[in-house]
This record gives sequence, structure tokens and C-alpha cells, in this order.
Amino acid sequence: MDILNAIVALLNFVVIPGAAYGAQLALGALGVTLVYGILRFSNFAHGDTMAFGTAATILVTWGLTALGITFGPLPTALLALPFGIAATIALLLGTDRLVYRFYRRVKAAPVIFVMVSMGIMFVMNGLNRFIIGVGDINFVDGERFLITARGFREATGLAEPLALRMTQVITLVTAAIAVALLFWFLNRTRTGKSMRAFSDNEDLALLSGINPDHVVRVTWMIVAALATTAGVLYGLDKSFKAFTYFQLLLPIFASAVVGGLGNPLGAIAGGFVIAFSEVTVTYAWKKVATYVLPESLAPEGLMQLMGTDYKFAVSFAILVVVLLIKPTGIFKGKSV
Amino acid sequence: MSARLRPVLLFGAVALLYLATAYVYGWNLTLAIVNMGLIGAIMALGVNMQWGYAGLFNIGIMGFVALGGLAAVLISIPPVPEAWAAGGMGVVLGLLIGAATIAGAVLLWKKLPPGKLRGLIIVIFLVAGFWLYGKIFSPAVSAVEAVNPAGTGFLGGLGLPVLFAWPAGGLLAAGAAWIIGKTALGLRSDYLAIATLGISEIIIAILKNEDWLNRGVKNVIGIPRPWPVPYEVQLQQDQGFLAWAADWGASAATASSIIVKLSYAGLFLMVLLILITLVELSWRSPWGRMMRAIRDNEVSAAAMGKDVTRRHLQIFVLGSAVVGVAGAMMTTLDGQLTPGSYQPLRFTFLIWVMVIVGGSGNNWGSLLGGMLIWWLWIMVEPMGLWLMQLITSGMAEGYWLKKHLIESAAHMRMLTMGVILLLVLRFSPRGLLPEK
Repeated sequence: MDILNAIVALLNFVVIPGAAYGAQLALGALGVTLVYGILRFSNFAHGDTMAFGTAATILVTWGLTALGITFGPLPTALLALPFGIAATIALLLGTDRLVYRFYRRVKAAPVIFVMVSMGIMFVMNGLNRFIIGVGDINFVDGERFLITARGFREATGLAEPLALRMTQVITLVTAAIAVALLFWFLNRTRTGKSMRAFSDNEDLALLSGINPDHVVRVTWMIVAALATTAGVLYGLDKSFKAFTYFQLLLPIFASAVVGGLGNPLGAIAGGFVIAFSEVTVTYAWKKVATYVLPESLAPEGLMQLMGTDYKFAVSFAILVVVLLIKPTGIFKGKSV
Repeated sequence: MSARLRPVLLFGAVALLYLATAYVYGWNLTLAIVNMGLIGAIMALGVNMQWGYAGLFNIGIMGFVALGGLAAVLISIPPVPEAWAAGGMGVVLGLLIGAATIAGAVLLWKKLPPGKLRGLIIVIFLVAGFWLYGKIFSPAVSAVEAVNPAGTGFLGGLGLPVLFAWPAGGLLAAGAAWIIGKTALGLRSDYLAIATLGISEIIIAILKNEDWLNRGVKNVIGIPRPWPVPYEVQLQQDQGFLAWAADWGASAATASSIIVKLSYAGLFLMVLLILITLVELSWRSPWGRMMRAIRDNEVSAAAMGKDVTRRHLQIFVLGSAVVGVAGAMMTTLDGQLTPGSYQPLRFTFLIWVMVIVGGSGNNWGSLLGGMLIWWLWIMVEPMGLWLMQLITSGMAEGYWLKKHLIESAAHMRMLTMGVILLLVLRFSPRGLLPEK
């Protein structure tokens, strides 16, 4: 019984939240890694792109609920998601046309691109504040729980509760669908293949007649879809606040680098590595330990390695270790 | 416009902006903007050393600014003897053990032969070290924080004059920069950016949570003023000053406040001029020529036997130290350390706008950029409000769009700064005062 209780506690506080957070990070890191692979710079505006997509989705969600349209037990935001993605695609394509294209033409150094993306970040940040403000917004509706803590305890008779929130399930399912679609696209379609070719060797791709403008356009569209999905899932699971999205940049970059920048598979793995490290390091292990260990060894303290306020330090520490030991990441990424 | 006339005209234009502000809002507010503008200019100078002279992309400026602020607390606040008696030694010992653990792990990594055994030994060593660290550190911290938590609850500082904090802030920032530079320099340029972004968030997290160090979000207030700067209250009790203020036809409150701000401005200007002179001199020395050679072509500089990574580390540490000095000055000016007020957009990205707009690679450009951008940062809000009122003047009272637009005027800052940065990068990438 104690072992079961320990497993349930672990599931409830570590595995499920970690998996949901990992899926969100993976989607974000996929966007960063795609921009890096095709356009060859680290996009510092990615956090604010996610925030913009989420803000657009929230506005449509409010519109839909005002019209009386809901998605039954699922959050209405999922219905609004395609509209949010469309708005973000328009924004990113517009940005590319107005800003990035010029620097591609003059073949600017990558660090100039990074700096330009910083300017874009400022503008998007201002835009988001302008559109939706700086407050904390909770836009989840529909069923709250798939399994409630009380229901689980009554059904199993265990001391430990297990709660499975709807948003966590939605996160995992949506992320799985998005990733499957992305890999199908990259591996099976003509455009996807030309994107991979462009990422591997730009000159060779150009020689074989691949249209770079088309590749870049499609990349931005995919990035918009991924960023919006990641942002909406994160916002549903926790809440929407523009500044939090900016702060997500660090774990997202850490995920992309840990997995190997430019490598989509690596981005997914990196997302889960970072998420689980954050959750396990900041989780107070006392409860699990008391179930598993014999009474004589029962811990005195909380057995928490680090306060939750230091979760940035976890992504950072992993990032530094990877940079020092294996700068190309777990899955071989692009150049050092 | 000739190259010699350009700086004169531009500095004159910025001076006019400030004069106009003084005319509209009075000297008190204008001098407050001048002081923060000077501090911004010093930060921009430090960043300019890294970016303009070495092409290093540091986006963790906020962290170095905050370390400078921490130095102001650690140097100038008097020590708390009760807290030291309660757990001071434990805290120090715990920190030493923590540092020794990390240093030992690095040493083991270097000395032991590669293989699974090495990993295992290091993990065991780290776990044991941190267990010991926790055993000693945590109770000491609780003891320190329990001493009069509403008033102190921290170890306090050294109780020295606050002017010492300025170089100390530079040293703290330099130490942090050395650690980051050691790990991230020599890798691709984006990695330094990501690493600095991370360390600055962590430094802020530490300042917010380690109450024994600087009271965390309870803030440290009452940092004493540096030597020549008087207190307003003292001035207002001084008969000679009162007569003098009356002579000028100003109220005692305004006059004393202006005098205080002027003294700060004098101090800051002195620091700024000393720093610019030092940087300009070094820039014309053989060392400066070497740095330019490395920036312009790393491969050929390396072929000539220059250690590129070491030189990068050097200038990264120096530039961060300058930012740290500015951070200490800012906390001194505020008279308090408030970790909650450090925002990356304000302390990292705004400084970048100053550097780019002023002209990367030009020290006077940093001064120009600092003064101009800080003025804009302050003034965009009232200007935005005015603009919004103009736009919405035709709309009916109480119309939702009117309300929304007027409320969002406060957010015009980000938008303006971003647009300015993008425009300068696109149409005048060398900035207002290009490098000679």
C-alpha cells in the first residue's frame, strides 16, 4: 500500500505536471529550433510571439463565449486556436516582409539577426500590452478535472489523492498531434523535404532549385502555429500573463540547446529533460520518501533540493553543463 | 554634415531637449532625468566595450546592475552584530563548503581519466558536498533571518562609506562575468547571449529570495549618501542656505532638492568622464589596436598569435565591471535596494537601445545614446497620452475604444523603443555617432 501511495504521489506532483510542462516547452523549443535551422539565428522574440498568439486566441475565445458558443466539456480556447494561429501567421509574415527580409538580402551576420529579433521583441511586447494589458488572465472553461482528487481516493481507497486536470490531458494530446503533423510534414511532403534540405546545406538546396522565399514563408507559418499552440496550452494549464511568456524564453532556449539547436527531435527531448529536471529539483520529496523508506530513516526536512523560485537556475545549470560537455546537444545539432 | 560638426550638433540638440523639459516641467524633474541618464550612459559605455569593441552580445546587463546594487548594501549598511552572533559564521562556512564542492568537482573532472568511473565519483562527491553544505547553511540562515525580521533579519554590511561600494560593485560584477565568460565564450555567439540572459534571471532570483543577504523583497532602505551630497533636511535648517534660496526666489524644498541632485550629477559626471578617458586611452594603445584587429578578423588575429578567447574574456569582464559600477551608483542614488524592481526590458534591453542608437564602438555615442534614450523613455508616456487624447478627441465620452486607448498610452514606451531600435538598425546601423 505504501509503495502504491508513493507512486500515486509521484504521479500527481511530478510525472503529470512535468509531462504537461515538458510538452509545452517542447512545442516552444520546436519553434526556436526551426527558426534556427532554416533562418539561422536565435529568435529572442519567440516568447512574445507565443504571448501574441495566446492574446489573439483569448480575444476570439471571449468573442465566442459572448456569442454563446462553447466547446462542451473542452475549453472554448481550442475552438479559437485556429483563429489565433491565423493572426500570428499574419504577424510573423508581416514582420518577415518588413524587417527580416532586408537582412537576408544583405546577408547580415547572425548576431545582427539576434539583435533585430530583440527589436521585434520590444515591439511585440508593446503590442501585447496594448492589446490585452499586463494583468493575469484565466481563460480556461469547460470541465476542470478528468479525475478529481476526492473521486480517486474514494474509488481506490488510497491515502494519496490523484488529480488529473483536463488541461493537462489536452496539453499532452494536442502536443502529440502537433508533433506528429510536423514530422509528417517534414518527412513526407515536398515542401517539408525542401525545408530539411535548406537547413542542411543552403547552397546545395538553392542549386537544386529550391525557392528560398517559399521555404522561409512556410517556416514562419509553422513557427506561428507551434508558438500559438504552445502559448495557449501553457495559458490554459496555468494562466496568461505577458511577462511570464517572456520569462519562458530561458527554459525554451535551454530545451532547444540541450536537445541540439536545429534538431526537431532534440527540441522535444530537451523540453522534457528541462521540465522534469525543474520539477524534480524543486519538488519536496518528503512525502514520497516517508512512504518508501523504513520509519527509522524517515527524513526530517522537506527534502527539497531547491526552492521553486530557483527553477530558472535549474534550466541554466543544465544549459551550462551541456555547453561545457557537449555543445552540440544530446542529438547532434548544428555548428558549435 | 562634417564629421567634426556632427557630435556638437547632436549633443546640442539633446541639451536643448533637456532645456525644453526644464522650461515645461521645472529643473527638479529635469535633473532627476539627467542623473538617471548619466547612469544609463555609464551602463551603455560598459556594454559598448563588449559589443562595439569585441562583438560580444551580452543580454544579462540587469544581473550586473543588480550585483552593483548588492555591493552598495554590503559596503554601506552597518553590520548587524546579533545576526552575526546567531549564525554569521555558519553562513560563511556553509558558503565556503558550497564553493569548495563546486571547485573540487571541476578539479576532479580535469584530473581523473575520462570514463564512467569519473562521472560516478563526481556525482558522489557533489551529493556529499551539498549534503554537508545544507546541514551547516540552512540552520545558520534560519537563525540569522529570525533576528528581528521586521527590522533587519540579515547580516548587514560593512558600514563603510558608500563611495567604496562603487568599485566594489564593479568587482562583484567582474567576478560573475568571469564565471560566465569562462563557460560561454569561445562557443557560438548566441550561447553567450543565452547564458547571460540566464545568469541575470538567477541573480535577481537570489536577491529576491536570500533574505540573510539583503532582506530579499523586504528591501534594504536607508543606504547612506556619498560624501559630498547633503541631505535636504540639513540644507533646510541651514540659515545661509535659506537666505541664498530666498535670494534666488525658490522655495527651500525645491532649492535643497535641486542642490542634492546637482551634487549627484557632478559625481556621476566625474565617474563618467574618468571612465571615458580611460577607455579612450586604452583604445589608442597597442592593446586597443589588438582588440580591433581581433574584432575585425578573429582568424587572422589568431594566426598572428593572439589568444582570442582570453582577450574576449578580458573585455567581457571589464565591460561588466563598468556596468556593475553604474549599478552601485544607481542604488546609491535611490538610497534603497529593491530587487522586485529589476526588469529585463528596463535594465537590459533599454541599455542596448542606448548603445545602438548612440553608435556602437563610439564612447561619446554611449553618452549621447544614454541621455537621449533615457529622456525618451521618461517622456514617451506623457507624449503618448497627449497623442491618444488627440486621436480620441472626436470619440464620444465613455466609448470603450477611447477608454482602452487612453489606458494603453502607458504601454507606448516598449513600442517606441522597439521601433527606434529597428529603424536605427535598418537605416543607420552605425548609430548617430559612428565609430571613427
